[in-house]
Amino acid sequence: MNEDERGSYAPLNSNPKQRARLLAALYLAQEQYGWLSSEAIQYVADKLSLKIGQVQSTASFYSMFRLKPQGEYRIQVCEGLSCYLVGGAEPILDHISRKLGIQSGETTPDGKFSLEVVQCLASCGTAPALRINDELYERMTFASIDKLLESLGCKI
Amino acid sequence: MNSRSDVPTNENFEPVLTQNLKLPGSEKIATYLSVGGYQAVRKALSLPPDEIIDMVKRSGLRGRGGAGFPTGTKWGFMPNGKDVPKIVAVNTDEGEPGTFKDREIVEQDPHQVLEGVIIAAYAVGANRAYVYIRGEFFLGVKRWIKAISDAYEFGFLGENILGSDFSLDLSVHRGAGAYICGEETAMLESLEGKRGSPRLKPPYPASIGLFGLPTLVQNIETLACVPHIINRGSEWFSSIGTAQSKGPKIFSVSGHVNRPGNYELPLGISLKEIIYRHAGGIRNGNRLKAVIPGGASTPILPAELVDVPMAFETLEAAGSALGTGAIIVMDETTCIVEAVRRLSKFFAHESCGHCTPCRIGSHRIYEIMDRIEKGQGHSGDIDLLLNLVEGIDGNTFCPMGSALVNPVRSAIQHFREEFEYHITNKNCLVKTQIPK
Ligand SMILES: Cc1cc2nc3c(=O)[nH]c(=O)nc-3n(C[C@H](O)[C@H](O)[C@H](O)COP(=O)(O)O)c2cc1C
Ligand code: SF4
Ligand code: FES
Repeated sequence: MNEDERGSYAPLNSNPKQRARLLAALYLAQEQYGWLSSEAIQYVADKLSLKIGQVQSTASFYSMFRLKPQGEYRIQVCEGLSCYLVGGAEPILDHISRKLGIQSGETTPDGKFSLEVVQCLASCGTAPALRINDELYERMTFASIDKLLESLGCKI
Repeated sequence: MNSRSDVPTNENFEPVLTQNLKLPGSEKIATYLSVGGYQAVRKALSLPPDEIIDMVKRSGLRGRGGAGFPTGTKWGFMPNGKDVPKIVAVNTDEGEPGTFKDREIVEQDPHQVLEGVIIAAYAVGANRAYVYIRGEFFLGVKRWIKAISDAYEFGFLGENILGSDFSLDLSVHRGAGAYICGEETAMLESLEGKRGSPRLKPPYPASIGLFGLPTLVQNIETLACVPHIINRGSEWFSSIGTAQSKGPKIFSVSGHVNRPGNYELPLGISLKEIIYRHAGGIRNGNRLKAVIPGGASTPILPAELVDVPMAFETLEAAGSALGTGAIIVMDETTCIVEAVRRLSKFFAHESCGHCTPCRIGSHRIYEIMDRIEKGQGHSGDIDLLLNLVEGIDGNTFCPMGSALVNPVRSAIQHFREEFEYHITNKNCLVKTQIPK
């Protein structure tokens, strides 16, 4: 595991306290396992010599840690006020929902896409915004969403 | 509100914080150096730390993260002497709905902030700094990491910076999706690998902060101002703005304007001027209805009140706050009840759950807002909301409580008839006025 490249402690690895590495370690585990299963949580606890409860407590607090399996492409639609004002949020969510045949919070049966709502993505000036995995997409329209989904292999 | 004689006309205002953004490769150290970058560090290292703190005090700089605390005063709170290790923690957790300035700075011009961090650390005698960056800022994380490693390579970080006896190590710590971690003590908890629950204050981070050590927490826009103060002097900085709000500020404008975006302008500029001149006015020639002037947690202002200077003291007098300077513009087609419902959902979602008034109260407010919006409101709901607001405000463990009641209270104050219409007619007043 090269922490520098994964981008949590760079360029130093000299964080003075073990627990302070926990968020970084959870990110790494999540990347390797896809989500934070109890196996992954145990692994992190062992590696950092922390109690499993400590790891669980932290993992469950943060929305970016996934405690259940997710689709290969995680589509996150901003439902913030600025996005809503310019036609984003629910209309976009509904549009994608119809395309993929899933509701917010669900994953397609083939495991390819999951859909969820998120709060402000700090793209309010280029709203409506959504995110797919590590990538931010701005000024979305139904047409640009269709193109995007198609490029990810969504057939409908 | 027309006596604006204390406000500069700002005709010759020249942006500094965003001046590099239009350069190609603005995020690169070579670009930053080519426009005189890191000269402020060189200059700062030749001055005694006390003098730098003094310069920042005299500049009048106040925090850009929302609370507006005087920056130099905060630096002065850090204990003197070399016997205790000290820390600088940089707040790049930007998550206040409407705000998108910090993301642009870190993605497009990280070295400007880095320079500010180095100067701040030198001034308060810290040899360790952490950048806490919002987990969702994937590009920002990458840019911070690259900027930091380049700064090491050029000798701006590490041992004996530029041949001085000052050393500083800096690393990036990614958050993981929790708005509350922007609150400074919650951020420290998160940096320690824990749940992001705020700590009781006092003690303040300047005495007991990260790992129990004195810690200076500063927003990244605040730190971006520092190199300019060193280069151009305190008097230059304090010549911009109003009596109590000095310097340039990045205003994030979103919503129903023709040209949304980040605008660097002098503090004290009129909100009206930002909306109509800089952001291109209201879309489709519509009428302005309401504005949130400082991010989701600042009170809503009706259109009649937008001729107000964007400064800490003037917005407070107008019943709102400067907050992060994030201006959310709503035109006549906006249902205020729906806007507030949405903000309430945000706060209910982001309450950390640590204290009861916020944990329970935020959800109660959202429930009531939701049923009013959906035409299922009860006749006593407005009073219920106002009672909840009174019960929450001032009774929570951290300032999030006051933040979450602001939109509700101000909306009822200025747009009560819309709430009443929803409750009585089970319908939206705006939708009946403006058929879509
Ligand atoms: C709920 C809440 C969220 C906050 N979020 C942020 C944030 O995302 N970024 C930030 O710089 N300050 C945020 N703050 C303010 C910080 O607590 C703190 O005042 C600030 O980082 C200090 O830096 P400054 O003096 O440079 O503004 C938040 C405060 C509260 C109460
Ligand atoms: S006010 Fe809200 S966010 Fe702050 S400590 Fe209490 S529950 Fe947590
Ligand atoms: S409200 Fe959607 S990005 Fe800010």
